[in-house]
Amino acid sequence: MSDKIPVTVLTGYLGAGKTTLLNRILSEPHGKKFAVVVNEFGEVGIDNELVVGADEEVFEMNNGCICCTVRGDLIRIIDGLMKRKGQFDAIIVETTGLADPAPVAQTFFMDEDVSSKTRLDAVVTVVDAKWLTERLKDAPEAKNQVAFADVIILNKTDLVTAEELAAVEAQIRAINPYAKIHRTQRAGVDIAEVLGRNAFDLDRVLELEPAFLEEGHHHHHDEDVQSVSFTIPGDVDPAKFMPWINELVQQEGPNILRSKGILAFKGEPKRFVFQGVHMILDGDLTLDWKPGEKRQSKIVFIGRNLNREALNKAFLACAA
Amino acid sequence: MTVAPSQSLTEHVVAVEAGAHVIGAGWLGSKAAFALADGHLLLTDGSEHTRVAAHPGGGILVSAHAGKTIVTGGDDGRVVATAADGSTRECGKEPGRWIDALASGRDGAIAWSAGKAVRTLDGKGQMRSFTAPTTAQGLAFMPKGYRLAVAHYNGVTLWFPNTDAKPDVFAWKGSHLSVTVSPDGQYAVTAMQENALHGWRLSDRKDMRMSGYPSKTRSLSWSHDGNWLATSGAEAAIVWPFDKQGPMGRAPRECGVRPVRVARVAFHPRALVLASAYDDGTILLIRLTDASELLVQDATGSPITALAWNDTGRSLAFGDEAGNGGLFTLPS
Repeated sequence: MSDKIPVTVLTGYLGAGKTTLLNRILSEPHGKKFAVVVNEFGEVGIDNELVVGADEEVFEMNNGCICCTVRGDLIRIIDGLMKRKGQFDAIIVETTGLADPAPVAQTFFMDEDVSSKTRLDAVVTVVDAKWLTERLKDAPEAKNQVAFADVIILNKTDLVTAEELAAVEAQIRAINPYAKIHRTQRAGVDIAEVLGRNAFDLDRVLELEPAFLEEGHHHHHDEDVQSVSFTIPGDVDPAKFMPWINELVQQEGPNILRSKGILAFKGEPKRFVFQGVHMILDGDLTLDWKPGEKRQSKIVFIGRNLNREALNKAFLACAA
Repeated sequence: MTVAPSQSLTEHVVAVEAGAHVIGAGWLGSKAAFALADGHLLLTDGSEHTRVAAHPGGGILVSAHAGKTIVTGGDDGRVVATAADGSTRECGKEPGRWIDALASGRDGAIAWSAGKAVRTLDGKGQMRSFTAPTTAQGLAFMPKGYRLAVAHYNGVTLWFPNTDAKPDVFAWKGSHLSVTVSPDGQYAVTAMQENALHGWRLSDRKDMRMSGYPSKTRSLSWSHDGNWLATSGAEAAIVWPFDKQGPMGRAPRECGVRPVRVARVAFHPRALVLASAYDDGTILLIRLTDASELLVQDATGSPITALAWNDTGRSLAFGDEAGNGGLFTLPS
């Protein structure tokens, strides 16, 4: 692992319990020091941490693409924090309840200065077990936050019945089947489950999601944000797959919130692992396929208005 | 291609242990001042050092030379002027915020910004405020008259602090990170988020686009005659011609080509000689007339973050990310 500073992005709709989680993280005796980027001062009651205010300024990049955005304030803040390197172990960015997580996540890929000094550890989303169903109906931001999450803190479970809890979890799974879900009351979760996840580290995709290559169960809900996944029970041809995936995210980038894949390239002993945010893809050859392991290829898209049949057909055409 | 400098001047450098990431450097008479990320200012003539706690408990983010002081802006929200004798004076305070940008002008005038709030303080102590349309990321005083250029998202605003005249907006889409104005006041040039410069000829508002950089440009320096603008961000100092009709349709000079990116540039105050400092710590002097190169410092491994000539051009102060500094004096 590099000496890049890990950054955890904390999202969640208003009142879900973000600040409770943040205070919990900061007050636990873990011996680590955090730089915390918040939108409003006063919410965080911890005074031995480095706390910085942010204003969530989003910049469109000038490539004519509406989904390629970065957070200008985040670039500026990280640049400033890096001058005081050594004074903290990790950065936590708390976004407002109404923020779209995409520009935050993209900043870590699109800004060279930020990506050379920090790495996105995970997007952690806190949701309210009692009110998430309502928010998914009326707040697109809440849906995006669930779709972007690597870790979901399903909070306030004491305020709902077992049936209601199961229903809300099914709703989360329909949008995002791969996030790690923790059921909590008052955001009570082991901080090792929240920090140091390396969820954006390609090498750890399989470690964190051992079931990734297993056949998933399909949920059919009428959510407009949905996940779709496709499997080829063998190798794919990189000469077909790479141009296709690149063109797909160029064209469908605004609709694809997150993408992930683990692929067996013909003649290649290593797995090809990729993940992306909107149009931005990050992929590399990582670990070897194990002896005796079934070489297969799987991709997942989380997004809006995804044409399942067309995507499946196009992916299957990449088979080697 | 690496061109070996024809001559080395490394024995004319006195090392200065700065002790923290050097944010900026400047000269107060015979003393060099290093603004440090740990909140201190280090004043030194090469043999005697004084450390001044300009921002106790905080860190310095930006610095500028203003009259007989070095002005610093910190993550403690304070703007502090430090004189050669080590005395400090608080010029401004933005509670709970960071000072994002700082500029100095004639007669010791200064300007700073925190988020959208922009303030100027003239030599008589008169403060004025202006709210930029988005975060003010770069500031520069115009050389003539008391007027400030403010770089922000989607353009630059020119503002007269002492009049009620409406601020003049020069629009260009994208995020403008810093701004500089040519010594004759004819051009404003910004460094952008997207590895390019943008400029305006102010008289007729004509746009200029200067692109092709592999990374962001962090350092801009005008030659003493105003005919050249040197820039960092490429594996050479990129020097644009601003004589006659400006750089439109003309190619820049590429000076000091090395396989490492230029981090800081500083034109000599009296001659067409450019100090070019690299991400690996190397510093070269390049004579523009014949492209000859002199080595000031060999690679140290740490990017140079500050570079400043004194008024006479005899001495150059420099510092790096790892907290190493140095004073170079031209042999007589």
